[in-house]
Amino acid sequence: MTIIDVDHDILAKRDVLISRLEQILPSDCLLCHEDQLRPYEADAQTMHKQTPMAVVLPETTEQVSATLALCNELGIKVVPRGAGTGLSGGALPLADGVLIGLAKFNNIVDIDYDNRCVVAQPGVTNLAISDAVRDDGYYYAPDPSSQIACTIGGNVAENSGGVHCLKYGLTTNNVLGVEMVLMTGEVVRFGGKHLDADGYDLLGVITGSEGLLGVITEVTVRILPEPETVRALLLGFNSCEDAGACVGAVIAEGIIPAGMEIMDRLTIDAVEDYCHPGYPDAEAVLIVELDGPAAEVDYLIERVTALAEENSATSISTSQSEEERLRFWQGRKAAFPAVAQLRPDYYCMDGTIPRGKLPEVLARMSEMAAEKDLLVANVFHAGDGNLHPLILYDANVPGEMAKAEELGAEILKLCVAVGGVLTGEHGVGTEKRDLMPEMFSEADLEHQQRVKCAFDPEGYLNPGKVFPTLHRCAELGRMHIHRGQVPFPDLPRF
Amino acid sequence: MTETLQPQTPDQLLEVIAWANAENATLNVRGFGTKLGLGEAVEASHMLDMSTFSGIVNYEPEELVLTLGSATPMAELENLLAENRQMLAFEPQDWGWALGRESASGTIGGAMMVSSNGPRRFKAGAARDHLLGLKAVSGRGEAFAAGGRVVKNVTGYDLSKLMAGSYGTLAAATELTLKVLPAPEKTYTLLVYGLDVEPAMALMRALANTPYDVSGLAYVAAHTASLSSVSYVRDRQMSVLGARIEGLQISVHHRLQALKEMLTGAQEIDELRTHNSVAFWQEVRDIKLLPNLAGDVLWRVSAPPSAAASIVAQCQPDHWVADWAGGLIWLHYDRADAGQAEVVRTSVQAGGQAMLVRAPDDLRNAIPVFQPLPQGLATLNRRVKENYDPNGVLNPGRMGV
Repeated sequence: MTIIDVDHDILAKRDVLISRLEQILPSDCLLCHEDQLRPYEADAQTMHKQTPMAVVLPETTEQVSATLALCNELGIKVVPRGAGTGLSGGALPLADGVLIGLAKFNNIVDIDYDNRCVVAQPGVTNLAISDAVRDDGYYYAPDPSSQIACTIGGNVAENSGGVHCLKYGLTTNNVLGVEMVLMTGEVVRFGGKHLDADGYDLLGVITGSEGLLGVITEVTVRILPEPETVRALLLGFNSCEDAGACVGAVIAEGIIPAGMEIMDRLTIDAVEDYCHPGYPDAEAVLIVELDGPAAEVDYLIERVTALAEENSATSISTSQSEEERLRFWQGRKAAFPAVAQLRPDYYCMDGTIPRGKLPEVLARMSEMAAEKDLLVANVFHAGDGNLHPLILYDANVPGEMAKAEELGAEILKLCVAVGGVLTGEHGVGTEKRDLMPEMFSEADLEHQQRVKCAFDPEGYLNPGKVFPTLHRCAELGRMHIHRGQVPFPDLPRF
Repeated sequence: MTETLQPQTPDQLLEVIAWANAENATLNVRGFGTKLGLGEAVEASHMLDMSTFSGIVNYEPEELVLTLGSATPMAELENLLAENRQMLAFEPQDWGWALGRESASGTIGGAMMVSSNGPRRFKAGAARDHLLGLKAVSGRGEAFAAGGRVVKNVTGYDLSKLMAGSYGTLAAATELTLKVLPAPEKTYTLLVYGLDVEPAMALMRALANTPYDVSGLAYVAAHTASLSSVSYVRDRQMSVLGARIEGLQISVHHRLQALKEMLTGAQEIDELRTHNSVAFWQEVRDIKLLPNLAGDVLWRVSAPPSAAASIVAQCQPDHWVADWAGGLIWLHYDRADAGQAEVVRTSVQAGGQAMLVRAPDDLRNAIPVFQPLPQGLATLNRRVKENYDPNGVLNPGRMGV
């Protein structure tokens, strides 16, 4: 795919760029040799690769600011990157652009229990925030499966989720403030340790903006006291549809578990071979995790057990110890690497659908996979309808990667057709960019781009991501004004 | 008398806003008009009455999702949710009393547009966290949709967040999709009497940091507590700290017990059961604990909870209530006084904001209603406004951007 056309005039400025960057940055913060650039050629969406003109690894906000101001002056595009764990190509470099990596921003700035928040630099990993406060009985709730490696800055850029979103929300519901450097080099702070937006809720649109608005240099997140008790149920079913019906029944009862995860037969078999978590012999497994005060959790375990029985569960186990709970999760957490053993490559999708559409979507998805002669393993955050179909393929078989991409696109179109969305937590990036018109009209996309125009009117920051067509702001949807028409004669007026 | 235009369909709304752009008209956007007066005064050539866009479009309780017209009355919505044992977790405030009028809950669109959040906000999130998607006509006179009807969604820019709290200055919304949640089975409140300000604020922060899921933390000074309709709050002539515990009965009992065990035993305590508990939190939410006098002044201060005691000490209000474990403070002055505004605004300079909610006209006209923004942020706010409403057609000046 073409991300964006390469500008050869910009490539010709490479020497000027490098020498100017050398004046801004210490030598170990600037990479420009081919072998140094190679590790940055893709994020975790590795179907497409590209090395940038240079990689900048700044250590201070001032260096970020000076770098962006320089690129702004020279008219050079910039792609921000955290740990490169993104699955949608949001950090895919541009041949005529600079990649700015925030890995060196790895300090926790402030732990503030009085105001229940942590201030961290963007390169701090998601898990490191929880680790920093765990001994005092706190944690940071959003927990993407890459949490050991992914950074909090990347989480804000992508509005990352995790298995506990159902009860605790996505990143956007847990971020209190950011410091951001705009393309001009200007440093602006949004939010802070108080809860109300100052002016428009720009923090709300920055979260999930995929690096198109600015470079984040500090993040303030809300932390939570750890729950008193956490227990899980491991339920077996004769089909994913039955498991899905059980999920609906739990929610209809007014119960919001901390997480509800379904795995299908293919995934169960794969994880059993891979790490032997002792899952039941079933067509589908559902893990329901409940957290809170002990008395509440014990009571809810009974309620969910009863609902599972009513919804034809073929096996029911309840964790009696922390070891057992972790064993239930072991298979789920290893699902992606386990499935990766089945075929050389897999392609992970991320659509969300209304929960009630699950049977319809699962059935249609297996038909579509069969038509393409591909296997799809299903792992999903069932509580919030976020599907992760893993399309198995072998990139060395000619045409198979293209077939996998086609099937992926068809699955996402199906998600939209039943009232869902293209991506629940991985982001649009380059991967789903060209599918955006499936979900949004031209006018919808133009209204989204208005935010971009307010922050980065020249469009230097991460172009080619999210929006299928990046209009020049000056030309974006010029207003059509017709003067002198008779205004709405039929309208009630008083 | 300003002419009122009442579009009957989204197409007519589009036509009205396009016409306003062509004819240099300006529109004061309203649902039921219960929140006119919140924010800066709007001078517009026409009133845009959105009340036609009312009614439930789609409600799937088991999906925890509800789509409805933006002018659906809050009362109708809350009744429907209650019938299904569900709720809006952000607990929108009835602004009537705060604005010196009778109780008036208005429309869901109005609540969203002013980001109306109640006592549960510090735990359950704000209005914006419960808005999944919307349909609207922007100030450009163009119809657009944003978001979706599923909770977990990162497809494209989250314009729902931008529109929530925008006071109708960017777009006029016709339809909203909300996330709804199960309503609690029981609501109890632990009351702790007689604490001074600093220990009370410290205790609220400590309670917020327990694993017992406290969903309301408010403090009322003694002479303010005497204005409560709840006898347990009113009659002891002491300050009152309220800690709300909601959920399953079995869990509520357990957590209440755990909270009591945290206290030293030196404090005088009591409990509010279901009805009294609901009544107390409504008073806190709607600011009914504060007086409503001719010529008085009401400020709404949002700041880090640890700053609460210092803010109150600096501002010396006649009456006040702290909510959100100290993160929200309502300051009431019996009358306006030179220098008051300066003191309030300065008290949050280290982080936070003070909004003037109610004041005599001369004070309102003399100072910005919203906390002035730092320059960089102010510039971005202005650019956002220009992008969505380049001719300043919608609610001109309301946010002071």
